[in-house]
This record gives sequence, structure tokens and C-alpha cells, in this order.
Amino acid sequence: MGEIRLMKGNEVLAEAAIRCGADGYFGYPITPQSEVMETLMARMPWNETGMVVLQAESEVASINMVYGGAATGKKVMTSSSSPGISLMAEGISYIAGAELPCLVVNVQRGGPGLGTIQPSQADYLQAVKGGGHGDYKLIVLAPSSVQEMNDFVDLGFELAFKYRNPAMILTDGAIGQMMEKVELADFKPRWTKEEIKEKWGSWATTGKPDSRNQNVITSLEMDSDKMESNNQRLQDKYRKMEEEECRYEAIMCDDAEYIFVAYGTSSRVCQKSVEIAREKGLKVGLLRPITLFPFPSKIIGKLACKAKGFLSVEMSAGQMIEDIKLSVYDAGCIARVEHFGRMGGIIPSPGEVVNALEQKFL
Amino acid sequence: MAKVRGAVVVDKEGCKGCGICVDACPQDVLALNKDVNSRGYHYSYMENPDACIGCSNCGVVCPDTCITIYRVKI
Amino acid sequence: MDIKDIIKPENLVYDKSKVQIDTIMHYCPGCSHGVVHKILSELIEEMDIQEKTIGIAPVGCAVFAYNYIDIDWQEAAHGRAPAVATGVVRLNPDKFVFAYQGDGDLASIGAAEILHACNRGENLLVVFINNATYGMTGGQMAPTTLNGMVTSTTPGGRNIDLNGYPMKITELIAQLPGTSYVTRQAVHTAGAVRKCKRSLKKGIQNVLDKKGTSFVEVVSTCSSGWKMTPVDANNWMAENMIPYYPLGDMKDSVKGGPVSEN
Repeated sequence: MGEIRLMKGNEVLAEAAIRCGADGYFGYPITPQSEVMETLMARMPWNETGMVVLQAESEVASINMVYGGAATGKKVMTSSSSPGISLMAEGISYIAGAELPCLVVNVQRGGPGLGTIQPSQADYLQAVKGGGHGDYKLIVLAPSSVQEMNDFVDLGFELAFKYRNPAMILTDGAIGQMMEKVELADFKPRWTKEEIKEKWGSWATTGKPDSRNQNVITSLEMDSDKMESNNQRLQDKYRKMEEEECRYEAIMCDDAEYIFVAYGTSSRVCQKSVEIAREKGLKVGLLRPITLFPFPSKIIGKLACKAKGFLSVEMSAGQMIEDIKLSVYDAGCIARVEHFGRMGGIIPSPGEVVNALEQKFL
Repeated sequence: MAKVRGAVVVDKEGCKGCGICVDACPQDVLALNKDVNSRGYHYSYMENPDACIGCSNCGVVCPDTCITIYRVKI
Repeated sequence: MDIKDIIKPENLVYDKSKVQIDTIMHYCPGCSHGVVHKILSELIEEMDIQEKTIGIAPVGCAVFAYNYIDIDWQEAAHGRAPAVATGVVRLNPDKFVFAYQGDGDLASIGAAEILHACNRGENLLVVFINNATYGMTGGQMAPTTLNGMVTSTTPGGRNIDLNGYPMKITELIAQLPGTSYVTRQAVHTAGAVRKCKRSLKKGIQNVLDKKGTSFVEVVSTCSSGWKMTPVDANNWMAENMIPYYPLGDMKDSVKGGPVSEN
């Protein structure tokens, strides 16, 4: 049993980064995630593990510092909130194109524009469809508790290095600011120079010895045939992620006629909504995608064959609903898919969600 | 005073005929050839080889690093 | 004496560095990039630092620098090389890291990144090629384009009222306490190339000695962009660019130290 503490989601991100042996964090302040860098600066991990923490001049600079560090085979991360993630979109596209591993955390707030500092899930499409220019995907993890904020830092790095691809923790201001009990992971040592050379020496820019050819990190290729094959290699990687990395939680779905599909904060609300609905005699379940990309399409397709309808519950105007509809369509089923959500930083209440289900389906 | 003789070897195919070496040569050794290389450039060559003192100026200014220089005291 | 008696291995005095990759560069005839690549390759070989060098390439004509210098390279997004280099050097303080940037990359889109990297005194060398134009995209106006200079986006010449002033960003950078060595050089004559090489060597040594940011501007030509022959471009540069961007050291101090008088 690891050390148990009561912590904020944002604080846990910082603690988990130190404990999982991260080499560097580069960030820029933005509400509601500023506690991530504040916690790191207070913890001073450079004394303990040698982890580097640097406040950059902008989100644009942060993500490019991540690019530079990641390209040397180091475990590097950044965190921000919605407007800052938009600024990072260029850098994330380059990181995906150059096939570098890194971890990006988006503690979402409401948009568009400056929007609000209150929680939101309106960056779903930006996160799961890539977000910047070009055909690329991120591995997107959606924690629904402070415990998962802890667990997904290590998991995010593991998947990022496994696929040489940026991973994103897509959370929101509610989970970032919420305090819960968390069991912290044990400390893992940072990789040594020798370990990095052994694990990632085939691509990492660690300085060219006589014994190997130069390593070049780039997303550029002027030959269209080669560029197409580079793109194809990325697409093959994304298909492999879809085969091997789908994660979800199904709650009371076995006999369910109606299924809420919700992730993160809204999935916490929906847990209660399932209880309320069940008390009313409605056969309702909850499917909680844990990976938003790869999206758990297969299980939704399977459930669509016996359920009557899905209600996508999101703190947005309805974004994930598109992926649910595609999953149902791909399965060749005719289950109805509806959306219920609140915007502007409002978290729906469990009762509201049940009312919406009744209005739309019954 | 020891007399110095030099010689330059221009990589004919690497030369883009920019002429900067011709301009940089204090002895008027180099010129651009009337012939062109396979890429269509009037490559640099020693038009007046006996005047070369091996000062290396041509090699130093060459943007395409296609000049090798030799020097001998006689 | 027959020429064959001179061209012998024992008489070799100048040859291509082993660190320079044996290929024909994509640069136009007469391009200053080629000269700077050459002297960087020579220095990396002479100072025996190939194994600890990591270069950051820009967006611009030098985007393919990694095809010419045989070291590990990272290709940065437009203007972001100083931030990328910061990430590398902060996590790998034992490496020699340099960012190679053009004027559009460094002084326009990447102005924030270069100023802040220099202000933090990141332990790296910045090589700044200032040819007063966007060469790769076809000769558009750059922040450093001279007043009245014709480019494809200033067909009537740069107009101060419309476009503002040619930016002396190296002078700005010399004011930042994070920099230790700030200089402006050129590569249009053999003497200038030799001086520029000495400056770059000093910049590299400063980084090896962990003295903070060293910054070497190289006033350069773009004969294609300027629509001149390479020799005419060199002469035009000497007559027009260098008076506005005078050569010489602006600062040779230590991190946190004062700006010198010259």
C-alpha cells in the first residue's frame, strides 16, 4: 500500500510526475491548473530526483521546450488549460509528426475565446482529433478522480514511449481543483544516460558518437512518396493503438436499456444518475471511456445491439456524441444517440441528467 | 625569402560557379570555365596556375566547400 | 615546378572537414549559409565536440542544415529554436547546444523565444544569419530588410511608415544580462570568414565553459532573393548592409555582466 494523502488533482499531477521519474516540466501559468507548476516549484524536485522545472515565457515556448527535451529521450511534460492548449497546437503537431513521446495535460476550462475559468469538456474534439494541423492523433486519457490523475501520469508516459507519440491527460477544472483521497505511487528512479541510450538510442539526439549515424528529429519530408509513407506509418500506429489500448469502465451495462456515455467529471455525475434512475425502475447503465483516443467504439457497438439508446453526457454542446454515433453506425445498429450537456462552466446535476434521459427517450 | 607555390583542386561537380573564389583570389589564378559541369554551372578552375601561392582565400570563402588547397615551399 | 608535384598529401593545407557531410548543398550559388556551415563543421572537428553537439535547425533555407553537418539535429518549428534548445540544454547540461536561425525566424516570428532564452542566459550558442530577407519563401521583407530595399512584398522598397524600421535585434540582445558574448560578423571576404570563425569558436568555448548565451550574428547575402550575382551581392552587402549593421563585438563579458563600451 502506497502513501495515502488528501490532495488536489492539480497537486497530484505534480507529485506523480516527480515519483514516476519525470526529467522535466515546462509550463506557463493559467487558471485552473496553475497549482501544477506551483506544487512542483514548492517541492523542488531538482534537489531530490534531479527533475528540471522551468516557467517558460509562453505556452508556445513550453511545448517547444518539451519538444527539445523529448527529442533527447527524456520524460518531459507540460500542463495548461484550454486557451494555452490552443497555443500549443503547433508544437503538439510537430511532436506528433516527429514521433516524440511526451505528456501534455489539459485541465479544461470553458470557451470559446477567453471563456471562463470554470470547468468544461469543450476541448474533446480538439484533443481526440489531433488539435493542430495534419493527420495525427494523441493518446488521450480521461481521469475521473484524483486517484486517476495520479495513475495516468505514469500510464501516459508509458504509452507515449511505447508508441513514440504525445499523450494527453484531458481533465477539467473540477477534477484539477477537487480534493480527494489518493494513494501515491512509489518513487521510480529517473532513467540514467546509459538507460536512455540503450532504450532510445536509435532515435534520440544524445550527441553523435563515431559508432552510429547522426540522429535527426524532424517532421519535414519534401519527397511526397516518402511523406505519404511517413503518414501511413503514423496511421498504422493509431490503428494499433485502437486495437491494443482502448480502456473503459462499464457500470451496470449488462441489462441496461439506456446507457449514459460520459467521461471525467460528467461520468462522476452520471454514477449518481444511474442510481437515481435504477431506483425509479429504469434499466440504466454508464459507459465511461477512459481512453478518448483510442475511443472504445467496439464496446459501444456491442452494447448498441441490445440497448435502446445512448445519452452522451458532456459539459459541452455535444462533441463526444459524434464518436458514439460513429460507433453505433459502424456496428450496424439502430440505437438512438442523444446528447445532454451544460456549458459555460456549469456541471449538470444527477437529477438533471435523469430528467434529460426521460425527456429524450421515454 | 622562400618562394611559395600553391595549387587548388576544384571539385568540378560540386562547384556552382558563384565566382566568389575568383573575386577573392589575390593572384588572379582562378576563373570560371567556359564549359559547364553536369548541372550546368560554369565551374571555377585555375586559369593561371603558376601564380598560385596557396593562400587558401578561395577555399575559405567557397560556400560549397569544393576547393582543396596544396602549398609547398621551394 | 609541375602542378602534380604540388598536389600531394603532404602539401595539403585546406580541405573539407570530416564533420561536413560529403554532399552538394541545396543552397543557391554564393549563399552565405554554406560558408557558415563549413566553419561550424571545421570548429566541431577541431574542438573535438561532435559527440556532445546537438544542433537545432530553423525554418527557412537552413531547415536542411542536418543534411550537411554530421551531428545530431533537431528541426524546430518556425522561430522556436531557442525554446527547443532550452529544453535540450536544461535536461542535458553537459552537451554543446546551438540554435541556427535566420532573420525571419529569429527576429520576427521567434522574437519572444530568442529574447527570453537570451534573458535567461541559457547556456547555448545562437548563430543568427541576417540576410535581410525571407530566402526560402521567395525573397519577402524581413524585420531586418533595409529601408528602401526592394523585396517581393515591398516592390516599391521598404517604407518606414508602412513597415517600420529595420530591426537591430542583436543590439537589443546585447542589453540582456543573460548573454555573455554578442558579436556581429560577416563571411563575404576571406578575412571576414576567418574572423567569423574566431567568433564562433569563442561562442562555442563560452558554452563549454558554461558562461551563458553567446550570440553570433552573421550579416549575409541572399543573391537569389536580392536578384544579384553572388559577387555583386557581396559588394552590395558591404556597401549597404554593413553601414547599418556594423561589424564587431557588442559584448564580451560574463553572464550578468555589463555591456561593453564598443
